[in-house]
Amino acid sequence: MVEGSPSLGWRNYSQRYNLAGNECKTCGKHFFPAVALCPTCRRKGKLVETKMPMEGRLLSYSKVFVGPVGFEMDAPYHLGLVKLQNNVKILAEIVDTPENKIKIGSKVRKVFRKIHSEGETGTISYGYKFRVV
Amino acid sequence: MNAGIVAYGSYVPKLRITPEEIGRVWGKDGKKVGQSLGVKEKAVAAFDEDTATISVEAARNAINDFGIDAKKIGAVYVGSESHPYAVKPTSSIVAEAIETGNDYTAADLEFACKAGTAGMQACAGMVNSNMIEYGLAIGSDTAQGKPNDALEFTAGSGGTAFIIGKKPKEIIAKINHTCSFTSDTPDFWRRQHAEFPEHGGRFTGEPAYFRHVHSAAKMCMDKMKRKPKDYKYAVFHQPNGKFPLKVGKMLGFTDKQLEQGLMTPLIGNTYSGSTPIGLASILDVAKPGDKILAVSYGSGAGSDAFDLTVTKNITKKRAKVSVRKLIENKEYVDYAIYAKNRKKLKTL
Ligand SMILES: [Zn+2]
Repeated sequence: MVEGSPSLGWRNYSQRYNLAGNECKTCGKHFFPAVALCPTCRRKGKLVETKMPMEGRLLSYSKVFVGPVGFEMDAPYHLGLVKLQNNVKILAEIVDTPENKIKIGSKVRKVFRKIHSEGETGTISYGYKFRVV
Repeated sequence: MNAGIVAYGSYVPKLRITPEEIGRVWGKDGKKVGQSLGVKEKAVAAFDEDTATISVEAARNAINDFGIDAKKIGAVYVGSESHPYAVKPTSSIVAEAIETGNDYTAADLEFACKAGTAGMQACAGMVNSNMIEYGLAIGSDTAQGKPNDALEFTAGSGGTAFIIGKKPKEIIAKINHTCSFTSDTPDFWRRQHAEFPEHGGRFTGEPAYFRHVHSAAKMCMDKMKRKPKDYKYAVFHQPNGKFPLKVGKMLGFTDKQLEQGLMTPLIGNTYSGSTPIGLASILDVAKPGDKILAVSYGSGAGSDAFDLTVTKNITKKRAKVSVRKLIENKEYVDYAIYAKNRKKLKTL
């Protein structure tokens, strides 16, 4: 998740800010992040950009005590596997939720948060996290 | 003026700290300090929240709750004194997140606590002169108070977004008049690389807050030929819970007229968000025909006054979650967790 270049983040704004993925018009399956080829329909697939729903349910979660490089000071935090309303699975941090409310099956909603900042002088990356509602 | 508010949305971070807890750390009677400032608790932005994230959440609420087509927004102004970058606009981050497209003008504004209302004036002017269809003006802050300074008891986080438009069937509150009273007054400031603001102590009262708010309110009421009793509600900038009531009394308003917009006792002074959040809380309950007087204050110093009339459209369209409901979702933290989230520890 840590990135070195501002342009790499810039290319992914619609994915990070608005969960832009894609949908195969042939079989109806949704993908996030967007895929270049539908794994089922292959060349017969017709992919169009689509936004993922804002809400879903927690499939699983884990409490992270030792964050990876760039996230050391965020710990402890909860990482959740979210199944969105369109069945797409997405891995994201779960915020603003007391620990006893983070449960398998909990309804979650997307929020806009700061993901990472390149030290004191670099760029700040924003993106999606989820909170239990 | 044909422009008016067509949508509004607010966001207040979930964390809270009480004056008692702040006082515990600095050996002060926090309860007493809180009572003298009229503040019960203040909202604290989490470590991954800043003026950009608060602004995005507020703007998204405005757009979603009122069904606004973001592509028709032609101007985006974010007023704050805690923009995440010194150079690199918050406003373009917000516009990208709400997907306005690229056909819009934008700038970050700063005028201590009043840059949000200055943005509303700019949008109203542009909408009124047909330069744009909609303008988005946001006042939001993650206010910083120096540890053990009086400001630490009040400096809060939050913001409100207003979308200004001119279609009569969309306007929920018409802006009848807006005017400002501004002077060069050094009551509060923060230099470029300073982490926390400095202030002129008692100097911040009479020649600063009271003179500007009182003058702008008078100018606005005189222009509209209105008396305090003509307004159902009034909201004045809220550096603490006491100043707005005092200036209201000086002008001839009753506490009852100010109650609904008085948010600082519950979330602290949200700086550029203060008057906008108060106005949003009034729009949450206002009825068609109600007149509202809103007067902001920014140190340095100036006040923007607005005379508004609520329209019948408000019966069909309002924020889905009221400000007072929104702030019920809260979690108290102690000073250590507060210091960690607000990055008051050196290694963060
Ligand atoms: Zn397919």
